[in-house]
Amino acid sequence: MKKKKFWSLGVMLILVLSTILAACGASDNKDSGSKDASTGGDTASSSGKTELVYGRGGDSVALDPAVVTDGESFTVTANLYETLVNFGEQDVTINPGLAKSWEPSEDGLTYTFQLQEGVKFHDGTDFNAEAVVKNFERWKAGGEKHPYYSTQFVVGDTQVIESVTAEGDNTVVFKLSQPQAPFLKNLAMSPFAIASPTAFEANEEGLSTNPVGTGPFKFVDWKRTASITIEKNPDYYIDGLPKLEKVIYRSIPENSARLTALNAGEIDVADGLSPSDKTSIESNDKLQLIERPSMNVGYLGLTATRAPFDNVKVRQAVNHAIDKQTLVDAFYEGLAQPAKNPMPPVISGYNDDIPGYEYDPEKAKALLAEAGYDGKEIELWAMPVPRPYMPDGQKIAEAIQKNLADVGMPSKIVSYEWATYLDKAEKGEADAFLLGWTGDNGDADNFIYALLDGDNIGSNNYTFYDNQELHKLLVAAQTEIDEEKRNALYKQAQEIVFADAPWVPLAHSTPILAAGAELQNYIAHPTGSDRLDAVYFK
Amino acid sequence: MLHYMGRRLLQLIPVLLGMSFIVFMLIRAIPGNPAQVILGQQATKEAVEALNASLGLDQPWFTQYFRYLGGVLQGDLGVSLRTKLPVSEEIFPYLAATAELALFAMIIAVIIGVNAGIISAWFQNSWFDYTAMVIALIGVSVPVFWLGLMEQWAFSVKLDWFPSSGRENVRDPITPITHFYLIDTLIQGRFDQFTEVLKRLVLPGMALATIPMAIIARMTRSSMLEVMRSDYVRTARAKGQKMFVVVYKHALKNAIIPVLTIIGLQTGLLLGGAILTETIFSWPGIGRYIYEAIGFRDYPVIQSGILVIAFIFIMINLIVDLLYTVIDPRIKYK
Repeated sequence: MKKKKFWSLGVMLILVLSTILAACGASDNKDSGSKDASTGGDTASSSGKTELVYGRGGDSVALDPAVVTDGESFTVTANLYETLVNFGEQDVTINPGLAKSWEPSEDGLTYTFQLQEGVKFHDGTDFNAEAVVKNFERWKAGGEKHPYYSTQFVVGDTQVIESVTAEGDNTVVFKLSQPQAPFLKNLAMSPFAIASPTAFEANEEGLSTNPVGTGPFKFVDWKRTASITIEKNPDYYIDGLPKLEKVIYRSIPENSARLTALNAGEIDVADGLSPSDKTSIESNDKLQLIERPSMNVGYLGLTATRAPFDNVKVRQAVNHAIDKQTLVDAFYEGLAQPAKNPMPPVISGYNDDIPGYEYDPEKAKALLAEAGYDGKEIELWAMPVPRPYMPDGQKIAEAIQKNLADVGMPSKIVSYEWATYLDKAEKGEADAFLLGWTGDNGDADNFIYALLDGDNIGSNNYTFYDNQELHKLLVAAQTEIDEEKRNALYKQAQEIVFADAPWVPLAHSTPILAAGAELQNYIAHPTGSDRLDAVYFK
Repeated sequence: MLHYMGRRLLQLIPVLLGMSFIVFMLIRAIPGNPAQVILGQQATKEAVEALNASLGLDQPWFTQYFRYLGGVLQGDLGVSLRTKLPVSEEIFPYLAATAELALFAMIIAVIIGVNAGIISAWFQNSWFDYTAMVIALIGVSVPVFWLGLMEQWAFSVKLDWFPSSGRENVRDPITPITHFYLIDTLIQGRFDQFTEVLKRLVLPGMALATIPMAIIARMTRSSMLEVMRSDYVRTARAKGQKMFVVVYKHALKNAIIPVLTIIGLQTGLLLGGAILTETIFSWPGIGRYIYEAIGFRDYPVIQSGILVIAFIFIMINLIVDLLYTVIDPRIKYK
């Protein structure tokens, strides 16, 4: 009697559950079958797909490029707004953008831009010289509200851009207070994209949630932490572009969940994947691997104000002690090259004559003995978050710990939550720390000066390394407009950095993305902001 | 009863005050500076200081605290340092997303957990009892993170039954009204979207339900076992009542009180504690909202987010306490 009731109850429970599951399962299959057909709509391409879902790790902070500094914001704004000049497809050469041509004066103090004609903002107003002037006036007046403007176009208390004036409808003249070598590269950066003056004059902060630019796509909708939707700008001034009808940026914070979503066809592109996913992507013929050209450096900083790294011999010894090639093979899956300079080889001014410190534990031991190093344990800081230049801080730190132990330098690995890590490192509290940098504008100044000049102690120079000779070279290079002379200055600067060894430069990595096999023409840009106007489905 | 409720609501004040104070001091005690995070690694010291001043972060802590408190009393939860939007406006969609998921998970947990507990107690020491309790033990110990990834692999990639992540099909977005998507899609008569939302709730819901389900099952079982041994149950059985009625009507009523407490506590915990599930399934919920705010040192969002969760937690427990009187007339509050 007892048994029977139990059985009937159990059977009932199983029945109910399986019906629920079956119902869900069945309807899902039906849906996924019709999904592709329904998204197609009225398109010309053969697979019929014109909607791209782009999966990425985080959401944007705001859609006004002038007020943000995070890459995830620029990823979207690069498709909504345009800059006066553009970077090349996969490099940092300067090409026409909203300006079709430009002419610098002999002394490098005046630049005259001819603008594209017939370009309109998404709100229907005209793009013209007046609009450019108003954008620059807005950035200049905003002070710290526009962080990139103050780092790129303000030196000390001096405004680099003295004035911007409109001459007629299509000519803009920039007057500089001092020559600035990377001036055009700066203008090509996403934060200096031109927005509709009508929009920001009506509401200074409105662009953050309601962007109005001239780009190939228009803003549609934003569901915070979930998705941002943009659609084709039908009035885009270049005929035939963009090829997609709609792009949806979806945030999927977990790396493996993002790859799962790509495998399940829920997204079409997955950005920011781990190097360890490379093999599984390559072995899947429904997917393609996309490599982003490298413009970064991952390094081990040695704080020059803390013993034992206040001794240059100890720093050189550590450079000899670390086996970079093995690090690259083990943790970057070969998607990196060992570094010898503080900037990657694609940057003009890179000094390839620097020999680099070869892996030589014996030499390291000798240097340590020479320096009189007492065998004191050091703290080795491991980055808590993965970055393209440092895919797994903890494991890389463990490998380095082993390398250092081999030459008689004991170390303890420590790590902090990311904002804490940066804050403490900035105050010089670390002995040796892992960190890295991705270039903003592809200029040498953005690497060597930003990361190693005495001016940037308390900001990006976390090692507190300060060399006056280097400083003179770097400051001279900032205003040197002759490309050859400028490169010579940077080559000399790299020699000084090499000799003083404030870092162990570890690697220049190649970040990877993956996409469905039918996606065409996806070109990943080294800055991380990819234009999607020419992308389409086969 | 009203008197009791009034007293409980009054107790809210010191709890929330103390809570807000602790959170306020804690997030300022950890290193890191919102202005630095907003301006990025490139920023100069001067710019950071200027931004600190314009955000009011250079003021002494008590000025900042009382200004914040004054705002909260007027229903102003502050403005997010990062997005520049009022927290009171921004927080609701996240809260709704988590509430929808947590309630869905709790319904699964309660239905399966309570029944498994009852059946285990009813057929104590049977194979069902043993299996259910072993599963429950695994349930409380399995890492949600691993479970979530396994679910995605099995049910999305291999079987293709459920979408792997997200709250809606982004290609066919839902127009939010109440931000509870199950309700919104019904209001708009979009039944296709309704099933889509329901399907998307299944995997994160199951992952989130595992732990409470296991706890509820174990609690129900032990509570039921105790009640089943009592005299009145024996009397009911001696009277010749059907076993099913004895268990589900007579015994359960007395056994459910401690279970109800657990259900209340677990529901509250799910609201703030769904962060792992939210991350794996990219669910735009309150846990991730606050977690990301911590990374950005977005003080107003952290303070107000935790305050709101604490408030809801307390309210849920108040409701549970009041439910006791409904289930057990012997319980009376004065």
